[in-house]
Amino acid sequence: MTAQVITVTSGKGGVGKTTAVANLATALAMDGRKVVCIDGDIGLRNLDVIMGLENRIVYDIVDVIEGRCKLKQAMIRDKHYPDMYLIPAAQTRDKNAVSPSDMIRICNDLRPDTDFVIIDSPAGIERGFRNSIAAADRVLVVTNPEVSAVRDADRVVGILEAEEKGTPSLILNRLNPTLVRNNDMLSAEDVLDLLGIHLIGVVPEDESVIIGSNRGAPVVTDPKSRAGQAFRNIAKRIQGNEVPFMELEQQNILWTAFQRLTGRK
Amino acid sequence: MEQITSLIQIKGIRDGLLATFVKAAWEDQCVALLAQIDERPAFFQGARLAIDVGSQILKVNDLVDLRDRLSERNVSLWAVIGESPTTEHTSQLLGLATRISKPRPEEKRHDVIADDTALFINKTLRSGKRVEFPGHVVVMGDVNAGAEIIADGNVIVWGRVRGMIHAGAKGNRSATICALDLSATQLRIATEVSATLKPQKDPKPEVASINNEGHLQSELWHTG
Repeated sequence: MTAQVITVTSGKGGVGKTTAVANLATALAMDGRKVVCIDGDIGLRNLDVIMGLENRIVYDIVDVIEGRCKLKQAMIRDKHYPDMYLIPAAQTRDKNAVSPSDMIRICNDLRPDTDFVIIDSPAGIERGFRNSIAAADRVLVVTNPEVSAVRDADRVVGILEAEEKGTPSLILNRLNPTLVRNNDMLSAEDVLDLLGIHLIGVVPEDESVIIGSNRGAPVVTDPKSRAGQAFRNIAKRIQGNEVPFMELEQQNILWTAFQRLTGRK
Repeated sequence: MEQITSLIQIKGIRDGLLATFVKAAWEDQCVALLAQIDERPAFFQGARLAIDVGSQILKVNDLVDLRDRLSERNVSLWAVIGESPTTEHTSQLLGLATRISKPRPEEKRHDVIADDTALFINKTLRSGKRVEFPGHVVVMGDVNAGAEIIADGNVIVWGRVRGMIHAGAKGNRSATICALDLSATQLRIATEVSATLKPQKDPKPEVASINNEGHLQSELWHTG
């Protein structure tokens, strides 16, 4: 096994990075993959809460870096999926406690016996973001159908391209099909048109996401949730399977994306 | 040791520290710089560092590597000054400043550029990207919201403009801005500033220039 390291980032805060990480990791674990999540938001950790593991934290990533524990000791096993682990962030430190080479070292230590390492990036484009993308083989940019979130995503895509990290894939989160139909919200096509990158999934707005996050049980485990289905589909696409897009997305999205990717750099 | 440290000179400037590299191999210069920092970690703690690399040609990987190694030592690299256009381009890609407040003699090279020199950019300019050029600028791609182009000459965009464009930045009032879709947040030519242009449902190519009354205006472009 050689793990693929995937960083989830966005630029803007509050668009659903952490939720996406928890759900994608759980969906990959449901497919029998061995997954390690790393919370890259040192000082403002919350991936542990969303995954329902906050009371199991003994050691965190800064303890690993500063040599107070072994990497294995900081890996918290998930309650339901024994092949899923979380390496939590430190809450009492800041981003400067970690450097890009620390992240690369940790990910390289994880690679041999893991399928996927998923890193939850903090908002912003500063130190914490740079740490989070340092080890990434692949980057997923999460955005909402809002002008401000899209502009921040655009900035992040620009930085990733400049740093030769390759073009990231896009997760469009919290799309409300009713608002889009009434022209009150940017459509998936509008967002793709602006960003011109590959779309890996559209997650519809869904109350059960918030309920799941508060319960520490990611929505992806709920077979009836539309958002859960969307995350399961994204996890399948990450594993290289072709999954058709869900109904809420108009058919010509892919065509538009295809046109833009072939027409422009 | 003496030999290695003589590869760089570090002095304090208004904006932090400036390290000037003497001509040598890039790897040696980096080693020398990091060695100096490691010698006096307390002095460099939290410093803002600008580097003057002379004629060195640097690629993204070179600068990313140095920046990361500096940031591990809690030194932030904020500016790279160099004579090579490649280096300047690299620094701009990484969002680093390419000049510091005190103008350097190298700035003169801008005057040498002839009127008909153009910078050709074959990609979309994304938010946060700023392109400054002392001639014309041609973009094959979009100029997204949050991106800026400042040119002394004309600006031509084969794509959509949603960011800010300043043509004739040194005061040339006959400069023009052309684009396939001119929905810019703001356009400037010389000292004139346009109001926000509304995005159109069915965009057509437009040309913006200063009209006879001295106002910046844009009109549809038509052949013949």
